[in-house]
Amino acid sequence: MTIEVRNLVKSFGSFKALDGVDLKVDSGELVALLGPSGSGKTTLLRIVAGLDWPDSGEVFINGEDALAQGARERHVGFVFQHYALFRHMTVFENVAFGLRVQPRAVRKDEAAIRIRVKELLDLVQLDWLADRYPSQLSGGQRQRIALARALAIEPRILLLDEPFGALDAKVRKELRKWLRSLHHEIHVTSIFVTHDQEEALEVANRVVVMDKGRIEQIGSPDDVYESPASAFVHGFIGESIELPVQVEGGAVRLDGRPLALAADGLAPGASKLFVRRHDMLVGPPGSGAFEGAVRHVRNFGPVQRAEVTLSGGKTIEIDAPRDKELRVGDTIGLEPRRYRIFAG
Amino acid sequence: MTMQIADSIPLSASDAKARAQAAAARDNLRTEPRAVRIVIIALAMLFLTVFVVLPLVVVFAQAFSRGVLAYLAALAEPEALAAIRLTLLVAAISVGLNLVFGLVAAWAIAKFDFPGKTFLITLIDLPFSVSPVISGLVFVLLFGAQGYFGSWLRDHDIQILFAVPGIALATTFVTFPFVARALIPLMQEQGTQEEEAAISLGASGLQTFFRVTLPNIKWGVLYGVLLCNARAMGEFGAVSVVSGHIRGETNTMPLLVEILYNEYQFVAAFAIASLLAMLALITLIVKTVLERHLDEGQEPSDH
Repeated sequence: MTIEVRNLVKSFGSFKALDGVDLKVDSGELVALLGPSGSGKTTLLRIVAGLDWPDSGEVFINGEDALAQGARERHVGFVFQHYALFRHMTVFENVAFGLRVQPRAVRKDEAAIRIRVKELLDLVQLDWLADRYPSQLSGGQRQRIALARALAIEPRILLLDEPFGALDAKVRKELRKWLRSLHHEIHVTSIFVTHDQEEALEVANRVVVMDKGRIEQIGSPDDVYESPASAFVHGFIGESIELPVQVEGGAVRLDGRPLALAADGLAPGASKLFVRRHDMLVGPPGSGAFEGAVRHVRNFGPVQRAEVTLSGGKTIEIDAPRDKELRVGDTIGLEPRRYRIFAG
Repeated sequence: MTMQIADSIPLSASDAKARAQAAAARDNLRTEPRAVRIVIIALAMLFLTVFVVLPLVVVFAQAFSRGVLAYLAALAEPEALAAIRLTLLVAAISVGLNLVFGLVAAWAIAKFDFPGKTFLITLIDLPFSVSPVISGLVFVLLFGAQGYFGSWLRDHDIQILFAVPGIALATTFVTFPFVARALIPLMQEQGTQEEEAAISLGASGLQTFFRVTLPNIKWGVLYGVLLCNARAMGEFGAVSVVSGHIRGETNTMPLLVEILYNEYQFVAAFAIASLLAMLALITLIVKTVLERHLDEGQEPSDH
């Protein structure tokens, strides 16, 4: 099942939630919509599900015009951020709901419903909770039940709104792996919304980075991390050093001083230089494009993070290997192994 | 709760001592001297006795002042039976109507955004802020012989004032806010996510309402119905204006109590009054039970 949206626009009052969004999702993909809050990702998801309506634009599910149908007819599985389990029903009844409300003509009989619900509870590995109520479950369990409930109707596509947003870090990591293997198993075309880049990069086949109601970049997790298409994407994904620079006369200048960095093909004017923290290599003074004094050093697992004040006065944070000797007060040279410069 | 748990754990001597000290410290936190505390509590008890318990006792004492037989005889009077029947009928009509109106109003207000919503919420409270006598007069103005619809009603031989429809209308108006008021905050707190989930799972609007919305608010509905019923049976002012006091026909229980009292039939008056008092007591008990269910239902909900 494919999903396609064309030129979607949606405003809430004066706030533009979606500002001309085009997106195509192929059959069997697991796509992440990644962006800060207010970037329009949840609105996009809700419009695809039929829970919101766009001001203009088109939505196609498997080539059919989805906007001609209500949420009820779209046959879309939706998992809500806060699960939205029916609080007065047991876990079993929650999962069975979608089967019980089907029109009489196609509704399964009670025995078939029981078998199907059992299958789904097995799939999410929670069959032992069938008689509990949602309030008696942990967050991670509720999330998995919400997923089982959405899958019960054999949805054409699966949409998940911040599926792990309300969970603690450890459970979140487990569920991420689990979701990926589950998708591998059932292979339903899925979109999930997240503001957590790690989650998007780890789980999805393809990542859609959104900001201010627009799509900034669509690509594989490697693409968006290794070759960000815009300053926003570079700043949002991965930890980056961001320095305001001036491009003029074939040179890149920081605080008026030229840097030993290639400026080929760059438009002159105010620009932003981005370097990943771990791409700043430490050397002796005078060895790189930058020079600075170490202000502060902390250890972070496999790396040490140093605060360095550059000679122009800007302070940056770099990640260096633990075996590199860094002492507070040292003057060091810094050479960016890789960097990107974006106009603006 | 925490105290009970602590009590069940065997304590060593030093623990017990430490706890005694902690308890003493806690008592010291109340800075008022013991005498002051006793006086304040006594005043509160006195107030409660004089203004709440005593009147209740007097009602039953007066009702039974000539013995149980006189009490039962007073209730068996045709006029009394007619009043009881009418009160039950009017309460059933107005509670039924307000259940539907209240559900619809609360649903519209809690689940949708529309212009004029705040105004509508204010309007729902109107019957509470207007004196019931004025509510009654409004219906006289509308349906009375000199009223706006008076001549039309007379031409078509429809009797509203001084008849059951007028009494039911006035009661419905006065008791309108109860169900809506009980449901609006509850439904607002519950949000629309469960309904959205139901619809995306293929449920129709009616299925969503009966399988998801209604079960979630059932205790709130019962709570509103209970209070609405208590007020409907006890309403005096608005009903008094529209009823016409036709004996055996348009007298509700509260109206009959007044008439009998004015005629010095104390036993009969208080016998009917005792029924209303019992209604109040039962209402209080059921209300307490319902409130407990409402609290439970709201406990963890999401997160």
